[in-house]
Amino acid sequence: MKKQVNRLEHNARLNRRKSIRFWFDNRVYEGYEGDTLASALLANDVHLVGRSFKYHRPRGIYTAGSEEPNALVQLEEKAYTEPNRRATEVELYEGLIAHSQNCWPSRRFDLGAVNSWFSRILPAGFYYKTFMWPASFWMTYEKYIRKAAGLGHSPTEPDPHFYDKTYTHCDVLVIGGGPAGIEAAIAAGQTGCRVILADEKSEFGGMLLSENILINGMPCHDWVDNRIDRLKAMSNVVLLNRTTVTGYYDYNFLVANQRVSEHLGPRISVNSPKERLWKIRTKQVVMATGAIERPLVFADNDRPGIMLASAIRSYINRYSTLPGKNCVILTNNDSAYHAALDIADEGGQVGIIDIRTNPNGAMVESAVSRGIWILANNAITGVGYSRGRLRYIEAMELSDDGLKVVGTKQRMLCDLVGVSGGWNPTVHLFSQSKGKLRFDENHHCFLADQPSPNNPAVLAGSCRATWFPKECMREGHEAGCEAAKCAGFDAFPETDEIKTVQLEYAPQRPLWILPGSHPIGQGRTKHFHELHNDATIGDIQLAVREGYESVEHLKRYTTTGMGTDQGKTSNLNALAALSEIRSLPIPDLGVTTFRPPYTPLTMGSIVGHDCGELFLQIRKTPMHPWHDQAHAVYEDVGDWKRPRYFPLGNETMHAAVQRECRQVRQSGGLLDASTLGKIDLQGRDTRRLLNMLYTNAWDKLQIGRCRYGLMLNEHGMVFDDGVTTRIGEDHYHMTTTTGGAARVMSWIEEWLQTEWPELEVYATSVTEQWAVASLNGPNAAAVLQELTDIPLDEESFPFMSMREGKVAGIPARVFRISFTGELSYEINVPARHGLVLWEQLTETGRKYDICPYGTESMHVLRAEKGFIIVGQDTDGTVTPMDLGMGWLVSRKKQDFLGKRSFDRTDTSRSGRKQLVGLLTENPEFVLPEGAHVVSELKASPPMDMLGHITSSYMSPNVGRSIAMALLKDGFNLKGQTLDVPLMNGTSQRVNVTDPSFLTD
Amino acid sequence: MAAKPKRYSIFSLARNALSYHQGWQRAWRDPDPKSDYEVVIVGGGGHGLATAYYLARECGIRDVAVVEKGWLGGGNTGRNTTIVRSNYLWNESAGLYEHAMKLWEGMSSDLNYNVMFSQRGLLHLAHSVHDMQEIGRRGNAIYLNGIDSEFVTPEQVREMVPFINLDCRYPIHGALLQRRGGTARHDAVAWGYARAADNLGVDIIQNCEVTGFQIEDNTIRGVETTRGRIGAGKVGCVVAGHCSVLAEMAGFRLPVESFPLQALVSEPVKPIIDCVVMSGAIHAYISQSDKGELVIGAGSDAYVSYSQHGGFDTIEHTVGPIVELYPIFSRLKMLRQWGGVVDVTVDRSPLISKTPVNNLFFNCGWGTGGFKATPGSGHVFAHSIKNGNMHPIAEPFSINRFNAGALIDEGAAAAVAH
Amino acid sequence: MFLIKCPWCGYRDQTEFSAQGEAHIVRPEDPYQLDEEQWGDYLFFRKNPKGIHHERWVHSHGCRRWFNVIRDTATDHIHATYRPDEPIPELSSEETSKPA
Repeated sequence: MKKQVNRLEHNARLNRRKSIRFWFDNRVYEGYEGDTLASALLANDVHLVGRSFKYHRPRGIYTAGSEEPNALVQLEEKAYTEPNRRATEVELYEGLIAHSQNCWPSRRFDLGAVNSWFSRILPAGFYYKTFMWPASFWMTYEKYIRKAAGLGHSPTEPDPHFYDKTYTHCDVLVIGGGPAGIEAAIAAGQTGCRVILADEKSEFGGMLLSENILINGMPCHDWVDNRIDRLKAMSNVVLLNRTTVTGYYDYNFLVANQRVSEHLGPRISVNSPKERLWKIRTKQVVMATGAIERPLVFADNDRPGIMLASAIRSYINRYSTLPGKNCVILTNNDSAYHAALDIADEGGQVGIIDIRTNPNGAMVESAVSRGIWILANNAITGVGYSRGRLRYIEAMELSDDGLKVVGTKQRMLCDLVGVSGGWNPTVHLFSQSKGKLRFDENHHCFLADQPSPNNPAVLAGSCRATWFPKECMREGHEAGCEAAKCAGFDAFPETDEIKTVQLEYAPQRPLWILPGSHPIGQGRTKHFHELHNDATIGDIQLAVREGYESVEHLKRYTTTGMGTDQGKTSNLNALAALSEIRSLPIPDLGVTTFRPPYTPLTMGSIVGHDCGELFLQIRKTPMHPWHDQAHAVYEDVGDWKRPRYFPLGNETMHAAVQRECRQVRQSGGLLDASTLGKIDLQGRDTRRLLNMLYTNAWDKLQIGRCRYGLMLNEHGMVFDDGVTTRIGEDHYHMTTTTGGAARVMSWIEEWLQTEWPELEVYATSVTEQWAVASLNGPNAAAVLQELTDIPLDEESFPFMSMREGKVAGIPARVFRISFTGELSYEINVPARHGLVLWEQLTETGRKYDICPYGTESMHVLRAEKGFIIVGQDTDGTVTPMDLGMGWLVSRKKQDFLGKRSFDRTDTSRSGRKQLVGLLTENPEFVLPEGAHVVSELKASPPMDMLGHITSSYMSPNVGRSIAMALLKDGFNLKGQTLDVPLMNGTSQRVNVTDPSFLTD
Repeated sequence: MAAKPKRYSIFSLARNALSYHQGWQRAWRDPDPKSDYEVVIVGGGGHGLATAYYLARECGIRDVAVVEKGWLGGGNTGRNTTIVRSNYLWNESAGLYEHAMKLWEGMSSDLNYNVMFSQRGLLHLAHSVHDMQEIGRRGNAIYLNGIDSEFVTPEQVREMVPFINLDCRYPIHGALLQRRGGTARHDAVAWGYARAADNLGVDIIQNCEVTGFQIEDNTIRGVETTRGRIGAGKVGCVVAGHCSVLAEMAGFRLPVESFPLQALVSEPVKPIIDCVVMSGAIHAYISQSDKGELVIGAGSDAYVSYSQHGGFDTIEHTVGPIVELYPIFSRLKMLRQWGGVVDVTVDRSPLISKTPVNNLFFNCGWGTGGFKATPGSGHVFAHSIKNGNMHPIAEPFSINRFNAGALIDEGAAAAVAH
Repeated sequence: MFLIKCPWCGYRDQTEFSAQGEAHIVRPEDPYQLDEEQWGDYLFFRKNPKGIHHERWVHSHGCRRWFNVIRDTATDHIHATYRPDEPIPELSSEETSKPA
């Protein structure tokens, strides 16, 4: 193992007592606790970490944070693997394994780099202009394009980790734990309100962790520790480090993702959640989201060894790493001078190329006083790169307008370049909150302008272009006070005196796209404004040349800002280039909206626990344990698990269903009907409501009697059916289809509350209060009689009536209604007794040869009798008349829901699709449901369709196959023989009949 | 009129490379509006641009302007999940979408613009007995309409999508496959039509918002815009989410509501899923773009909104089924989510129709699925505008169907549970 | 993710509610007085405005009561909520001015 050659003396934020071994591209390296993968690689002098998206150019580490466009790695292997992880964010843990991406066979020798040779014919949008001939070849070309794209690899095994999700409320959410955010949280916390402070990094402190200034006489890192200790002592403050606020939605609803355990390594952490998604509704938001340094764009600015100046500061001050020996800072502003000073402090060679014509002021003076050379009014026009490292740079003097370079080229040896084009406030979340941005001409960046009325947020610190720590802290304090006050906490928090270095910056030179020795877009060098997607200034020129000149077209044509970094370091430079090319000021170009999430959000975290067994609730009836023991095969009906059939031994479904159906009609069968929707209706106006809900009349229904009804929507189409029973004077028990229960309940509530509030009706869903066993068949009465005190003779308990009594000792409502056409009792008992009832019925039923049967047999049995299933034999376009159930539509009632629609032109026309029965000429053949009847059979499609088969079964009781169909003008087709072409090319002859196959 | 633009090909690409691509022309001009046009198309999305293109190419009407309030292709054309299919139940829909499918199949060479139409196959999963009945009916109807349609078993689904969880909360019973279904590059469709229409003399006028209609004797005379009045013999409105806003200007209402619709993409990964897979039952729509992103469609929210934002709960309800169906995607990351505005009719079928105002035509109501219809929609709309009578394929999609009750109810047929 | 004030329960998360379309569409007293076009209007045609919208919501995962909301569909700003039996609250002219 090699020594960490770039490691510095001081500890910074590392734990030097704990060294960590890790593997990158199968080589072992060593780092320390507190490192990121990026800092540890740099400490080991590894700059080349991967290949770029399109041209496969060698790439290194460009930043020290979540804005990283370049250093994406495949983290871990097998089930633990994750593509496209930013090395700058991955915390080092023992045994970490990472691989470079988008290169083969290795990152040093990558065959994909052949793209780089052809890069001249691969400008932005090249794929729109070619691969069109021959047309059938596109998918062949595409296969290779797809393989070449895509960066890392998806896992191919299920995720071994789990994710947590939590919902919380607070008064003040502070986003960003830098100097402004910390002070905001302390101020708000002092008022006693509920505060959450969230920061994406492993430690709070923000930019202060990349600093080496003194605050109130102590090193700034110690100052941060003190302030965080203070926050930890406040019981009303929740500190969430490693937590990225990724989304800002309406009414101060924010989503934050906490990386709970991945810093421990995936193998250790399988027992705790990998990540936790916080859904936060807060009264107030303080955004202290900081700023991201803006790059300068120059020839071949993508080479490993070139990074943001601020990143160099982070690596030195936070990670105790100086990633080069011979450094050059390229800047258009003063802030990057700190990086040069830090390098000099650590004994590195450093010089500054300042593109300003005459840099001066305090920062320049301190650099000069430290013996740092400054080359003014110069730009880098080329870089030398070989074998994984930067070797030299070339600089030339800038013309007055900054658009050209003049004079002679100077070559300087150099292995590290820090670039700075000023700073870009992080206003992504503000933009997500529907706040409006404005372009600030002084700071050359977008700033928050008008907040959305739904999301009044306060900003503090460098996210509003306040650059110096002292001012950031003051603003944070004020924002914290303000937010707490708006949240209703009026106490005045104390202000702490803060003494720290006073800084002042000279103006920057508003130039970001630096000319090269050839015109940009020509020659062999490339100016990358967008490292992630390999988009160049030349691409922007081409886009504008071709008319893709709006920001939105540019974004799509050049793919700028569409990478996993969402253009954090590239968007503004693209705008600057566009502005220059089109000679329009940036504000006139517009800005694209920032979309959530701020950084990519793990899908598992979005899902949380709501997968696998908890994906959607599984509803089971009280009899379910019995069904399990009987080896029932289930069918999903809505959320319910319903037994589909009860196989005996190795019986197939077909055999089981034939047996069950036969047995129900020969002796008897028992169906678990608990899932049927049940609604309890009470109140003096219930009858009036039923008259509006159903097509038939309800005025004469006696107490204890049941009636079947069809329910229509206002379009006149059937949407549910069921039996409703009058329990008492103003008391009814309504049943609905299993799937329609919730819909009918909502339907009733809607009309009662919005149109007919004067009606006194109380509707209560009681689906789960009653367990229902449906006892069918010739022996049904005999079985029931053994278990009940209710007289079952025809006179005292006729068809379509209900009696209350005891069944198996349980208080029960027994309905004599039938969906099989057999003598049938639907026995309703309180749900908690359902299992006992079922056991008693099956036990008693045994001697009467009663079998349990499932939904499949239920379907066959009802079809034998021509009973419809709403949703199977209807589809939302079918009226009662279409079903041949016009007899259920009252002629006397003035109005009911859906009635008016019957008279519309299309609904009242003849020739609509109507429900009929079908009998195949071959009685053994069961038509596939969904097959269509045609008017004229042809050798091949297209053929004119008359309609489709809605239900189709082999009926053991009819002794042949039976089917139902919705056919155009079906009632008039009865008696005719028609054809059903099948998708395998064969066809069947069918006779059109009544949809009732078993007559008594 | 523009000089004849150079054709796109590998040779022109290579030739231009020699001059560092300095020689490319504008894909479309940036003209100022004339005072009058024979036809003005309002809305520079895919459907509007396609309409203009077919007016110019097939109907002999080249005196056409497309006015767009923002930048072309900026509405739903640039926001959708790019799925193309024609596996619809009703004859009317099948006619329309299959008409579009055939145009898709020749579009790249027709427009001399690679729209990356990729017939990678499209699976509709069935998760229950009821779903099987639904795809059974639809699959047969599609077949008898002469459109490709196949049923596949769960095992065949697994062969096509190796990492799918067949035994998910609602186990997969089978699927309906349309091999000719797939995806296309959405931006390229707008740009390709724009370039081709411009080439035929159509004026494409961006940043030009219609603020009113000029109507005399119940007949359209022109449009008021932010760039002045533009006279027009006929006007076709193709503005998707904002159709009700324009209808209000013209003095009538539409059977449409505008809902937020969201979509999201994952970070790009190497090819992992080849075909398009749709599950209506648990609501998971997924495909993988050529760039490597998983493109995932969410459901629409049920409230009217033009804000182009939606709730996070919708994202949760979208990603949940994806991970349930593809557990391997749990560790992948959502890169970007966005919202659009979709114009939804009660029967989930579009409106391609005359209006109460003479010579004013509307083409809207495409809801969540307009992209796939783009060429067919533009084609039949162009012919309808030219003839003043609706094209036979468009005829059933008139606004009047809602009064008569002749709905083309794709929603009801698919969604009713039992 | 709206925060909606249910007139009975107070402020609750949007996920507890369901949107139910345009408000104040009254079912005709006698549907047969309406011709086909008027009946079609009642069933299907909506204002669908970009701007102030009166709409119905139901607290479906709460008290299950229906109520009305005044919301700006351009910004999603909720101006008021009110019970079905309450008069429509008046908005200030500032609130009703159309968004730019």
